[in-house]
Amino acid sequence: MIAEIGQFALILALVIAIIQGTLPLAGAALNRAQWVAVAKPAARGQFLFVIIAFLCLMHAYVTSDFSVANVAHNSHTLKPLLYKISGVWGNHEGSMVLWVTILALFGLAVAEFGTGLPPTLRARVLSIQGLIGVAFLAFILFTSNPFLRLDPAPLEGNGLNPILQDPGLAFHPPFLYLGYVGFSMAFSFAVAALIEGRVDPAWARWVRPWTLAAWCALTIGIALGSWWAYYELGWGGWWFWDPVENASFIPWLIGTALLHSAVVVEKRDALKSWTILLAILAFSMSLLGTFLVRSGVLTSVHAFASDPERGVFILGLLVFVIGGSLTLYAIRAPQLKGGGLFAPISREGALVLNNLLLTTGAAVVLLGTLYPLILDAFGGGKVSVGPPFFNATFVPLMVPVMLAAIVGAMLSWKRADIGAVFSRLKIAFYITLIAISVTAWFAGSLRDVLAAGGIGIAAWMIVGSALEIAERIALFKGPISNSWRRAIGLPRSAWGMAIAHGAVGIMVAGITASSAWRVEKIQLMAPGDVITVSGYSLKFEGAKPIKGPNYHGERGLFTVTKNGKAVTTLTPEKREYPAERSQTTEAGILTMVSGDLYAVLGDKSKNPAKGGASWSTRIYFNPLVAWIWVGAILMACGGLVSLTDRRHRIGAPKTARKPAKKAADPQPGPVSA
Amino acid sequence: MPANLRLSYFLPVIIILTLAAIFWSYLGEIKDGKSIQDLPSALIDKPAPVFKLPSINSGDKGFDSAVLKGQVTLVNVWASWCAPCRIEHPRMMQLAREGVAIYGINYKDTPEAATGFLTELGNPYKAVGADRTGKISIDWGVYGYPETFVVDPKGHIRYRHVGPIMAQDLTDKIRPLIKALNK
Repeated sequence: MIAEIGQFALILALVIAIIQGTLPLAGAALNRAQWVAVAKPAARGQFLFVIIAFLCLMHAYVTSDFSVANVAHNSHTLKPLLYKISGVWGNHEGSMVLWVTILALFGLAVAEFGTGLPPTLRARVLSIQGLIGVAFLAFILFTSNPFLRLDPAPLEGNGLNPILQDPGLAFHPPFLYLGYVGFSMAFSFAVAALIEGRVDPAWARWVRPWTLAAWCALTIGIALGSWWAYYELGWGGWWFWDPVENASFIPWLIGTALLHSAVVVEKRDALKSWTILLAILAFSMSLLGTFLVRSGVLTSVHAFASDPERGVFILGLLVFVIGGSLTLYAIRAPQLKGGGLFAPISREGALVLNNLLLTTGAAVVLLGTLYPLILDAFGGGKVSVGPPFFNATFVPLMVPVMLAAIVGAMLSWKRADIGAVFSRLKIAFYITLIAISVTAWFAGSLRDVLAAGGIGIAAWMIVGSALEIAERIALFKGPISNSWRRAIGLPRSAWGMAIAHGAVGIMVAGITASSAWRVEKIQLMAPGDVITVSGYSLKFEGAKPIKGPNYHGERGLFTVTKNGKAVTTLTPEKREYPAERSQTTEAGILTMVSGDLYAVLGDKSKNPAKGGASWSTRIYFNPLVAWIWVGAILMACGGLVSLTDRRHRIGAPKTARKPAKKAADPQPGPVSA
Repeated sequence: MPANLRLSYFLPVIIILTLAAIFWSYLGEIKDGKSIQDLPSALIDKPAPVFKLPSINSGDKGFDSAVLKGQVTLVNVWASWCAPCRIEHPRMMQLAREGVAIYGINYKDTPEAATGFLTELGNPYKAVGADRTGKISIDWGVYGYPETFVVDPKGHIRYRHVGPIMAQDLTDKIRPLIKALNK
């Protein structure tokens, strides 16, 4: 019964979405206020019915109702409650329901909080959201019905792929979708603006918070996924350039570019048509990612569920949404009037550089991901590019982005004095040189020289961001109370930017150190054996059988000492899930600031020489690896801080605030370092 | 309005439509049963390509297509930079312990990295050939990494597996097939 309510709610939501997607749009064009007014209640209604459907599906999972095919295929009575809940979106049908739920939630947010928007713009934005909703609801109802019944109902479900039964991964998809779907807001605003034929700073001020929120969620989502890969896949790697990872990384790169270019529209009324294009592309890439993951066109480690039938539907959707919006763009964008002019050396100039490099980076990742398909389509045979391609192309593009970020943040709008900025950055420059020299000193090979460069970039980003803040609050240049007062008065967006840029530095340090100086030891160990890795002695105490709610396996015990002092114990596990007939490894990890000690228990083998059994074990020391995720989380925090900026909280003020804004920005000038 | 149309603004939509056309042809192929999992199906039940591969480093020997005759063999295409290859590796070791003859084609790798991979994780291969340019892998129709082929005693390719071999693939496909081919 509950499942039927859910299905019925989805149908009602589709009907409402059709109304929401057409009536206000027509009303705005024909000047009919009543039609325009439909947008708000429709957005509310759509959210209501979608959330009912979502809760019905969750109910089926929590109560293990195996008469629902989706639950029977993906759940199991013995599964812990958390994974029953996360099981809702751990499969194709349910994840699409989550997708439309988040879409409807964003629509509701515009309806409720967008009261300051011009009514026609709001109606158009909601209408475009409604149309996206129509596409996805139809997709669910016609190709991936989550409420399909099974008769007779099986007594037990098939279970969830055990590799997915993990707290980190339970929340990975919701965050990713918050990001993907969040970009749909920027998309709807862009399309609505193209229809209206008007893009102004107020528009950008409306788009930016949505983009920022989506970007934060996507950052957290990607970080969760990579963290999961790190501790779950059992060999300490955290990024594979796998098609599915790339599918989430491309929208992130475009979204990052969009964040930066929207600032230019907002502050300087320039780069309008480019910003619109990025807003369309960010969401388009999110859709493309969904297509690649769901259609089976690309093979991937992650492709747990794929189906070509659905691929056709998503492809149609892709052509309709992306093709339609880009055609609209091609017709309307040339008419957008450009705003403020600027010299190449200026804040705008730096942001243009940032945009060019980030979008090129996104294009390179997209090319690497699709290359096997494209080459094959032109008869070039089937080949694949691996990490060597991405490391050789993507990384060099990101180096100038990071170097320029710090300089760009200090440049003034319109025209800037780069010499003055360099002299203000003197300290950062010296510290970077010291970091590079010290790293290179302790190293010898070419790989380490490159790594020294990486550490240098990290130092540059961290120190440069700190300098930027120190200067704006006049630290050490007067009484500390004065600096404190300035620090509080500093726009939150300035804090957000410095935090996010510094966080990139922290992340780069983690990436560099963990890939350049990782220590890996693989051996057979009998109980009592000791192995030393990076100064830590690990004594293998043996392994014991364990039994969990839906698995059994072995748990190894290592006691870790350093210089004779006890540090901790590590308990890596090897699990066997009988319902799903598969195995997982659970690494034992000690996370420290200096790096992670990472232990994996391998297969047991007979060892007559030692009078018993021994286990193959793998021990890693991954220097600074936790910095990667700390950096990612801090980056998202920077975004959130920027989101609380005064100009977002009090809506879109007009010209009145502009002079005040300028006064808050320090004018460039020769300031002694 | 036509005066305002500019061709360069149509570039994005043209790129997207081209991509869509490529995807469309792919979905067509997949629908016709030519799933990516067994593309290109043309090689199934055909003799394995003729080739000769040098070793990864001068220390050990490479192999050529002649070794694939006379017994059931597995040809596994891998690389040290390939994450799924590491995921799959324990299953390769398991098969090697069960006495299956596995030959490795090391795709676009450096000798140091490839040797490192094998000394760290163990070497399940009877011999490993280095396909530094990736040419031989193309002859085999390799699409992604890792990829594994089951070759019968006559030297004909009987099965192709794209992606890492998981425990379930061993029990469901690989082991039964090897058993059947050995009869």
